[in-house]
Amino acid sequence: MYAQQVESTGSQPKSLNKMNPKERAFQERIDRGERIEPKDWMPEGYRKTLVRQMGQHAHSEIVGQLPEGNWIGRAPTLERKAILLAKVQDEAGHGLYLYSAAETLGKSRDDMTKELLSGRAKYSSIFNYPTLNWADMGAVGWLVDGAAIMNQVPLQRTSYGPYARAMVRICKEESFHQRQGFDIMMKMSFGSKEQKAMAQDSLNRFWYPSLMMFGPSDSESVHSAQSMAWKIKINFNDELRQKFVNQTAPQAKYLGLKIPDENLKWNKKTEQYDFSEPDWKEFFEVISGNGPCNIERLAARNKAWDDGEWFREGLMANASKQSKAMNAKD
Amino acid sequence: MNDPRFHLALRMGDNSLILAQQNSKWCGHAPTLEEDIALANVSLDLMGHAQMWLGLAANIEAKGRTADELAFLRDTQEFRNALLCERPNIDFATTLVRQYLFDAWHLEQLGLLCAGSDISVVEIAQKAFVEVRYHRQRSSSLVIKLGDGSAESHTRIQNALESLWPYFGSLFENSDNDYILFKAGISELPASLRTRVVEQLSADCGQSTLTLPDSLFYHKGAVQGHHTENLGYILAEMQYLQRTYPSSNW
Repeated sequence: MYAQQVESTGSQPKSLNKMNPKERAFQERIDRGERIEPKDWMPEGYRKTLVRQMGQHAHSEIVGQLPEGNWIGRAPTLERKAILLAKVQDEAGHGLYLYSAAETLGKSRDDMTKELLSGRAKYSSIFNYPTLNWADMGAVGWLVDGAAIMNQVPLQRTSYGPYARAMVRICKEESFHQRQGFDIMMKMSFGSKEQKAMAQDSLNRFWYPSLMMFGPSDSESVHSAQSMAWKIKINFNDELRQKFVNQTAPQAKYLGLKIPDENLKWNKKTEQYDFSEPDWKEFFEVISGNGPCNIERLAARNKAWDDGEWFREGLMANASKQSKAMNAKD
Repeated sequence: MNDPRFHLALRMGDNSLILAQQNSKWCGHAPTLEEDIALANVSLDLMGHAQMWLGLAANIEAKGRTADELAFLRDTQEFRNALLCERPNIDFATTLVRQYLFDAWHLEQLGLLCAGSDISVVEIAQKAFVEVRYHRQRSSSLVIKLGDGSAESHTRIQNALESLWPYFGSLFENSDNDYILFKAGISELPASLRTRVVEQLSADCGQSTLTLPDSLFYHKGAVQGHHTENLGYILAEMQYLQRTYPSSNW
């Protein structure tokens, strides 16, 4: 997902009777479905896990601007150009809400940004894949935003108030993103022979990376167990992946496109689609820096930050002059 | 095309389109997240203006061409945007000052068009005016702050002003069509705006220790479709899909 493989405390969640009174009161609030707010007491592990998760989520939005930004200059009509620009701008906005929500836990946006730029913080593996033809703008909306929504809709009920509220707004925009992606896919799939070929090529390249977005199976993971007890993770990865395949397979059929998986078929018994797992070796390569675009993506973010230093410092210098002038007046 | 309003709509539309195209390349690469969002907003407004102006041009022309065809299927010599809009995105200072100079002209120009006699022009101008008032506020505030910020920000903004100045005048170049539009009461002559716009820029510079160049020289020819080399590259990128896969539905 946008936050894949978030490490938690590394231990199994404690049972209520092994918790100290503060921890127990906190867990009981969560169990009752109450929201935790920034000034409330919280276990250090909860705070750290959330900062990591929200930071990864925010970084994914920011790095996620790049693959689609790659096509703004080449969008084929004035309307498509405006829609794509608005969409990529929304991703920047999502990054901003999420950094702001994470800042309520005591970590600054600048610190989180530095972790991203140095390569210490992760972001979603999906954004390390290239966008090679215009249909990729459709596939990213349809598949990538579609997969993101699967995870983000439940996160609207997450236990941390600022995160849950940010997700409500983000989900509204993501659902528009997914619809515009599917609209591009329809135009391409029902268009000329060349357009249909672009659409199929795009699905071929984005299918497995989209399945990887949910992360490897985590039903045995202690990190996930703790995050689920704290309600900062709502579903297991396999559950969401299955839901995504169930939703997407009929859509591909409607478009007349073939999902690149010979094993994909409806299973009458389970009433779900059977499908092949993505290549997890590739996934681990991508998240450890060896994806097709990791180098370009981080280089682009570092360049934006380094080239913009004079701008940020210039504005700070002006603000400090203004405040000195104000103080001198007083 | 004899109707001079076609040329006015084309010139307004091309200015907005080319500048929006250039600015939108910063999306995901700006110096701060807030700036990334703000510049994308400005680009979106300009893109909206381009759609309206080119739509009007297509209607006036009445030859079945659409706004998209005007944007994606004309070559450089048919574009009428001012040279300032096509200057390259060298760095963020150049981008910001390009926008700043454009906004100062744009707001004045739209103000005059709002008072014109042609309803189809007035309607677009009024809608754009509200948005451009904000563009002008934003870009002037940033230029003033950075002009009076650090030594480096001052130098960068000053250098950008000087390097763009010979192209700024292109916004005020009169064409034969402008004289016809002027006589018909649809718009003022572009050159008549220059003094007022320069006065405003001087006032901004006065607040920020910047020196406004005083040269009256500028590169001419955009009104006849004589552009700088960079426009060809801008169009090559922008028109790529429409040219490679003609007559497709996107």
